[in-house]
Amino acid sequence: MMRIEIVKRPQRSALFSALSPFIALALTVIAGAILFAMLGKNPAEALYYYFIDPLREEWSLHELAIKAAPLILIAVGLSVCYLSNNWNIGAEGQFIIGAMAGSILPVMFPAFQNAFVLPLMLLMGVLGGAAYAAIPALLKTRFNTNEILTSLMLVYVAQLFLDWMVRGPWRNPEGFNFPETRRFHPDAVLPEIWSASGRANWGFVFALLAALALWFLLSRTLKGFEVKVIGQSPRAGRFAGFSTARMVFFAFLVSGGLAGLAGISEVSGAIGQLRPSISPGYGFTAIIVAFLGRLNPLGIVAAGLVLALTYLGGEAAQISLGVSDKVARVFQGMILFFVLGCDALIHYRFRIVRGQPAQTNPGSA
Amino acid sequence: MQHPHNGGAGDLLEVRGLSKVFGTLKACDNIDLAIARGEIHALLGENGAGKSTLVKMLFGSLEPNAGEIFWKGEPVVIGNPAKARALGIGMVFQHFSLFEALTAAENIALSLDRDTPIREIAARARDLSSAYGLPLDPFALVGDLSVGERQRIEIIRCLLQKPELIILDEPTSVLTPQEADKLFETLGRLRGEGKSILYISHRLEEVKRLCDRATVLRHGKVVAHCDPRRETAASLARMMVGNEVVRATRPAAPLVAGTEILGICGLSRKPAGPFSIPLRNIWLKVHGGEVLGIAGVAGNGQSEFFEAVSGEALQESADVIRIRGTSAGRMGINRRRLLGAAFVPEERLGHGAAPAMRLSENLLLSRFRTDARAFLGTLGVIRTGSTASAAKRIVAAMDVRKSGDDPEASALSGGNLQKFIIGRELDRQPALIVVNQPTWGVDAGAAAHIRQSLIDLARSGSAVLVISQDLDELFEMSDAIAVMHDGQLSAPIPIAEATYERIGLLMGGADAAHSAAENA
Repeated sequence: MMRIEIVKRPQRSALFSALSPFIALALTVIAGAILFAMLGKNPAEALYYYFIDPLREEWSLHELAIKAAPLILIAVGLSVCYLSNNWNIGAEGQFIIGAMAGSILPVMFPAFQNAFVLPLMLLMGVLGGAAYAAIPALLKTRFNTNEILTSLMLVYVAQLFLDWMVRGPWRNPEGFNFPETRRFHPDAVLPEIWSASGRANWGFVFALLAALALWFLLSRTLKGFEVKVIGQSPRAGRFAGFSTARMVFFAFLVSGGLAGLAGISEVSGAIGQLRPSISPGYGFTAIIVAFLGRLNPLGIVAAGLVLALTYLGGEAAQISLGVSDKVARVFQGMILFFVLGCDALIHYRFRIVRGQPAQTNPGSA
Repeated sequence: MQHPHNGGAGDLLEVRGLSKVFGTLKACDNIDLAIARGEIHALLGENGAGKSTLVKMLFGSLEPNAGEIFWKGEPVVIGNPAKARALGIGMVFQHFSLFEALTAAENIALSLDRDTPIREIAARARDLSSAYGLPLDPFALVGDLSVGERQRIEIIRCLLQKPELIILDEPTSVLTPQEADKLFETLGRLRGEGKSILYISHRLEEVKRLCDRATVLRHGKVVAHCDPRRETAASLARMMVGNEVVRATRPAAPLVAGTEILGICGLSRKPAGPFSIPLRNIWLKVHGGEVLGIAGVAGNGQSEFFEAVSGEALQESADVIRIRGTSAGRMGINRRRLLGAAFVPEERLGHGAAPAMRLSENLLLSRFRTDARAFLGTLGVIRTGSTASAAKRIVAAMDVRKSGDDPEASALSGGNLQKFIIGRELDRQPALIVVNQPTWGVDAGAAAHIRQSLIDLARSGSAVLVISQDLDELFEMSDAIAVMHDGQLSAPIPIAEATYERIGLLMGGADAAHSAAENA
């Protein structure tokens, strides 16, 4: 009889830990080439259209920044959650509620037009996302519920709530019954950074600032120390006098707030109104971004650009190769798979053992 | 090396040149060992000497890199514990693996290979328990049993396999002196039946008393085969350690009692979980200048008591805990630290230190509040320069051996990490230090250093409260010893009046209740 054993490596290689994201990307490209070949496309050409072509023109670099901004904003918030051992899977919902909270002013009070509108909208977006994230935090601290389930289920609540609002109460009265809100007035639109060359908006700047701020928080301050101690050894955290319950709220409020900011930035900057669907799954893709970036905010900026490219590449491949845009999802899934696979192989090794399985000894466990 | 034993033909188990290498560490280096039928053979050595590695190879949990094992004269390969059991080797581990929510008989059934009805197992367990003087109710829930009783389950579980060689790993480390005596009787009876026992211990007195022969390991090598009855405890210790064992010296306690630093007045605590121990009406005063020891078998409420005193668990009333005159019962651990208290928990990795964090970061763990001015800048920015230099200072003061400049806590050996954790607290010159199991799993040299530094702290005017399962340690350090049993604490006995027998009786539960009445 033969079996495979998973054995923990006594030491993990620092070199391979650092290389792991790059190995994962290389493996993704190879698997992608095989995938395209099986679809009957020339792999080299397909990969070119997928990964290189979108980077060749100025305007499309702007598109890359537009796609990367929400991914980075959400993922840096999630890094705080995951480092502190809080598994917020519901950033997509917090993104949507943030977008809706931020849209209250331009949708319900379109006559209120001045310089204060935009800052207020952004603030309300942050608060909306944070408040929505507070629900799983409260459930976890009060009732010991599993935050993975509650935060995920709240995504569907948020999606359906948005759907109902744009078809019902918030539908544009002059919109010919299309399911969408009125378009935001100019004061409510997030300006472009450099409109002469493309339409990237300030959301990307917010993302970079948030990444820098959280990098500083996590690597230099006592709060960052608290996040890591509670995540790694909660008992040691208690010994240090840190409160686990307060950390649950901190992590969820920070990540929910940033997801809300990403939501309102996307709606006010890139879309300009609310629609039944305002996100191609940014909240879920950001989970991949967070892990590909090694839960390090600066790494997450790079990872966010990579994942943004998979969105652009998916669109490009649809046009120039005639494949489904679902290819983007396939690539994102493969990246996550290979990142987790590389990490697993860095920490563990597989051993093929022939012969009788060892009797698990009750005493040696 | 000469052949360890002359009566080769009668040997049940013989090991020649057994080696095991982990990376660059030779855990076992060319070990020779022979165990005759019907003998109790001691395996002596400090922590890290290679005892566990050797035993794991004999029990099939580890594969040797070199060397041969002979069983009844035949060469054998012991590939896994099932093979070991089939040959007739049984093992009782130091850390039990019993399910607390199941009965003793159910736990035994889990380890048997065949489907045997519980009733039959219970009957056989009962027979064995009466035959060997191991009283045990097969239908008792393990969660309700004392540590000594749990060990009996493990021994009966082992005996049910009808082994010819029984390996016991530090069996008395969890027993009261009286329980240990009973265990020795059982072992004597087993020896009388011609069974062989490999007895792992670092307690020299009991080895001298019990064992026929001893093999001493040091740094993975056999340093001696001897007859422990002809050796003195000191000579055995010298073989184990390689040089004279340093005992901590305890200058006389000040004649005038210092001021009360820690006062515990009627501390009770409901059990936090189904198998944790409630604390019942504990009264205690610790004064400046003294070391007070709390003895007790593990699992009698020591951890719960530590959490309550440290502030990891709060009390219902503020007056229950007084630290330097301030009612601290409602204060969290950091506010108690600010009153001058310091705490060292039992578990080093994961409680006293975060394993994956560097020493300089682990320094912050207990001191970011008390030394905020030194270690934190504006906005809570950590001053890595001052934490690193403070960590360096502690490493030098406590002689912490480490590789690398600022290694992760998990990279240090147990003893060195414990020296760092104790040093981290001593560095603050606390007015009160509460230490749970200060030298658990620490080698003799480091243990002596730790004990001495705690005594020195007390003599400089601070109060030291030591919770320990190691009676030798408590007798070496303490000015008075109180005993914790089943969540109750006896009145402290001054060291001049304390004897092993008296403390042992209290550890076993004799008149532990009187303390409350006496103090109330």
